[in-house]
Amino acid sequence: MFRRKTVAMLLGSGLMLGATALSAAPTGQMLADTCAGCHGTDGASTGPATPSIAGNAAIYIVDAMNAYKSGDRHSTIMGRIAKGYSDEEIEAMAEVIASWPMHTTNQQFDADKVAMGAEVYEDGCVKCHDEKGSLADDEAGILYSQWYPYLTYSIEDFKAGHREMPKKMRKVVEKLSDEQLDAVNQFFASQK
Amino acid sequence: MSKFSRRDFVKIVGSTAAATAIGLPAFTAAAGSKKVVIVGGGTAGATAAKYIKRGDASIDVTVIEPNKDYYTCYLSNEVLGGGRKLESIKFGYDGLKGHGVNVVHDMVTAIDPAAKKVTTAGGDTFDYDRCIVAPGISLRYDTIEGYSEEAAEIMPHAWKAGAQTALLRKQLEAMPDGGTVVLAPPPNPFRCPPGPYERACQIGMYLKANKPKSKILILDAKAKFSKQKLFMQAFEKHYAGMIEWQSVEATGGVKSVDGAAMSVTTGNGDTIKGDVINIIPAQHAGTIAKTAGLTDDSGWCPIDGKTFESTIHKGIHVIGDAAIQSPLPKSGYAANSEAKVTAAAVVAMLNGNDPGDPSWVNTCYSIVGPEDAISVAMVYNLVDGKVAKVEGSGGLTPMDSSASDRAREVQYAYSWFNNITSDIFG
Repeated sequence: MFRRKTVAMLLGSGLMLGATALSAAPTGQMLADTCAGCHGTDGASTGPATPSIAGNAAIYIVDAMNAYKSGDRHSTIMGRIAKGYSDEEIEAMAEVIASWPMHTTNQQFDADKVAMGAEVYEDGCVKCHDEKGSLADDEAGILYSQWYPYLTYSIEDFKAGHREMPKKMRKVVEKLSDEQLDAVNQFFASQK
Repeated sequence: MSKFSRRDFVKIVGSTAAATAIGLPAFTAAAGSKKVVIVGGGTAGATAAKYIKRGDASIDVTVIEPNKDYYTCYLSNEVLGGGRKLESIKFGYDGLKGHGVNVVHDMVTAIDPAAKKVTTAGGDTFDYDRCIVAPGISLRYDTIEGYSEEAAEIMPHAWKAGAQTALLRKQLEAMPDGGTVVLAPPPNPFRCPPGPYERACQIGMYLKANKPKSKILILDAKAKFSKQKLFMQAFEKHYAGMIEWQSVEATGGVKSVDGAAMSVTTGNGDTIKGDVINIIPAQHAGTIAKTAGLTDDSGWCPIDGKTFESTIHKGIHVIGDAAIQSPLPKSGYAANSEAKVTAAAVVAMLNGNDPGDPSWVNTCYSIVGPEDAISVAMVYNLVDGKVAKVEGSGGLTPMDSSASDRAREVQYAYSWFNNITSDIFG
């Protein structure tokens, strides 16, 4: 009787915390843990190509998943996976992914290329990818120390029109040579 | 919440009930005596151990596994193809020990669900509050006449990676150019549904480069198989004239083998010689599952969809290949995913909470040629107490996907391997 009264009061009050135990929805942690098989434990990818997702802004993850789901963002496999989740589930997993600490890698690059990339970065990218692409608040995706093949695929997809570029980014990218774009990717990937 | 503050709530229902209803880990501090024993330290067992510790470090977790090293079945086909060394698919248990898991190298011989006790070949017993059984598969040698554990030293199955993988690779290296590899995939259900066909591609890659006059004859026990159109496309594209697949409907499948004659005989009565013969027999749940009475007539373990608790013996969860987890496949990704869901359920149950609602994923890559990989993916949830595919999700690599996407899938396959093995053993 005591317990029944509790449940009745919980339901009646709409106590948000109660929903965790009573409703039928996987938690954000449950959902986010399924990503580890490809994106690493706590979203820290061991590479060589699949990106780390840890520490991205929740809104960035939500936007990415929705773009995969709709097909606006090209993918090999993420479109098929994103279609498995409701808006609420994507938001719940994004909150957990955002709480994971940013991952750093140890990738080796040619110092001259990285220096060239640093110049390109300072001239064109810094405004939206501040602090070498490590600032989640930019909501632009963590690029700092990100896996180089993933960065390469991303630029390929942006340039091919397989992924929408923000207007500001398009203006910058249009002026850059392939060599400069590769250099800036190496600059981001080389951070540690 | 207007007339009902949290303070009132706690006052009314008391701290215990509040903690249960709200799902706070209120009993964590008192849970030091809770014991979980995990039988089997493969993909499912090792993942469960790590994730229970992550969920509640106070739970005492023991993994009992006979082998000191684990060889992953995934990417073992690439060892056969020569693109990878056996060492690269070998993993130890230092990672688990680092998470505070007790690792015991022994063989479990009995599980007593009433006394909640596990006994090993070494004569030790382990008490548990909850037991997780993850023994993988056993090979049903007796389903093919003339085949046996001994015969597998001549005609390897290589379906449990390690020494068998090394043996099959050695045989491929020794066979003459112009020779025949006979590959016999098993009937359903079995571990790694696309595996035999990826194997054909990987062996094909090796033969094409080194012994291009050779043939691979697939004598299937089935009329259809996983990722079939994509594999047939790969056979044609990369191995035309080399790989030939024959349905059970055409041959009757492999009924008997003769190790001395190095031949197989089909259901239709044809005898075919092979320079290398790879027999992958039918499978059941790992032996201990049967010994412990966890299997049903199918030879696999029936489970409750939400927690993977055995429907035969309460207090014992069965995860990975041994469980009847369909529509989840018997794959490494699925085993890892099932283990996390069950780990969360076990942590919740040992803390007096209801297990949460599950969510599973499977992703499975097959590397079918140089710079060419294909995949299948699916998201699963719980519907009416059963594992179900989330409608609209998942599916296969498109037949017409671009060469650059196929090349990316190879890199994602390698990333998957690195990440999942570090998620399990790291």
